Amino acid sequence: MFRIDFNKLRFLVCDDNPHMRRILRTLLHSFGAREVYEAEDGATALEMYTHYVPDIVITDWAMPIFDGLELAQMIRQPESKGNPFAPIIMLTGHSEKRRVTVARDAGVTEFLAKPISAKGLYQRILNVVANPRPFIKTKTYFGPDRRRNTNVAYIGPERRVGGEAEILQQPSLLDKARSAI
Amino acid sequence: MAKEKSPALNVKTYASHHVITQPNPLRKVLRRVPERDLDDPVARAEKALAGLSGEFKAWMLAEADRLSAAHTGVLKNGFTDLNSEELFRAAHDIKGDAATFGFPSAAAVAESLCRVIEHAPDLGSVPSELIMHHINAVQAIVRDHTKLESTKVAAELSRRLRKVADDYLMQVNRNRPEHLEAIMAPSIVPGD
Repeated sequence: MFRIDFNKLRFLVCDDNPHMRRILRTLLHSFGAREVYEAEDGATALEMYTHYVPDIVITDWAMPIFDGLELAQMIRQPESKGNPFAPIIMLTGHSEKRRVTVARDAGVTEFLAKPISAKGLYQRILNVVANPRPFIKTKTYFGPDRRRNTNVAYIGPERRVGGEAEILQQPSLLDKARSAI
Repeated sequence: MAKEKSPALNVKTYASHHVITQPNPLRKVLRRVPERDLDDPVARAEKALAGLSGEFKAWMLAEADRLSAAHTGVLKNGFTDLNSEELFRAAHDIKGDAATFGFPSAAAVAESLCRVIEHAPDLGSVPSELIMHHINAVQAIVRDHTKLESTKVAAELSRRLRKVADDYLMQVNRNRPEHLEAIMAPSIVPGD
């Protein structure tokens, strides 16, 4: 059995509702987290993301200035100064299939529907820590692999093509960005 | 902070995409513990949440008042973009928060109101009583919450309001299949 050393993790929580931020802060601190930074809108969150370099981002969807979806899209810029790979957990009251798909296509790692529960939040965090997915970069997408199940028999129009892979070792984008500063 | 040094990326390049893998930068925060480990972070968090519960009623009252204020703005100046957004945002917050605060029926009413705002083709044409009943229901549920019998009434009230709202949405969206599909689709978001 595995446990997470929350005291080694740095969180950025973004929600415009102060009550929900208080709930999240309480849950994360009681899990053992010490570093929990809070933003009440997407613009502030992006600034804090660059400044504090959190390990995990937990964001609401509906927020002023720019929302959680736009925040995810801005974080998932492969050439950005910040770390484009950080796990993003979207915690939202939206619960329609269409919304989940849109969030997934913006590069969100995990989706957690409100009402929030300690168990649900812990499981999402455990998942992003223990089972990170590879990132996929296409002309139109950069983010965690949206295919959680590998189906080699799939022959539909969205099948990935390319044959044998050409494998390159590269320094991390974060290192490249840091050395450019 | 877990990442002291960023690991190198492994990039596999295909014709249509790249697959980028990096050694798990958060791996070092995982710790193996015996199966009989008694420390339960989830139970600890639930206890901490229970410790906050004394504040939930006041928080819920503030959320309900924000919803009523947003509705007052609509009554005064109509469904401007700003007013519509604030009404939706206030209802949406209650939809997301109220169950955590111990008011699941208020969450259900707020969800019904969110659906009306999101799927009505023209908010100005929505019967004012339909919106008014949702606002009043949230207020009534929040303020009469302590009585045992009111819990049953609240559940029945939210169920009926949802039925009326859904009937209205089905009627006004009969020629808008994409909205009809969204209205009828069950929630697929994983909960716990």
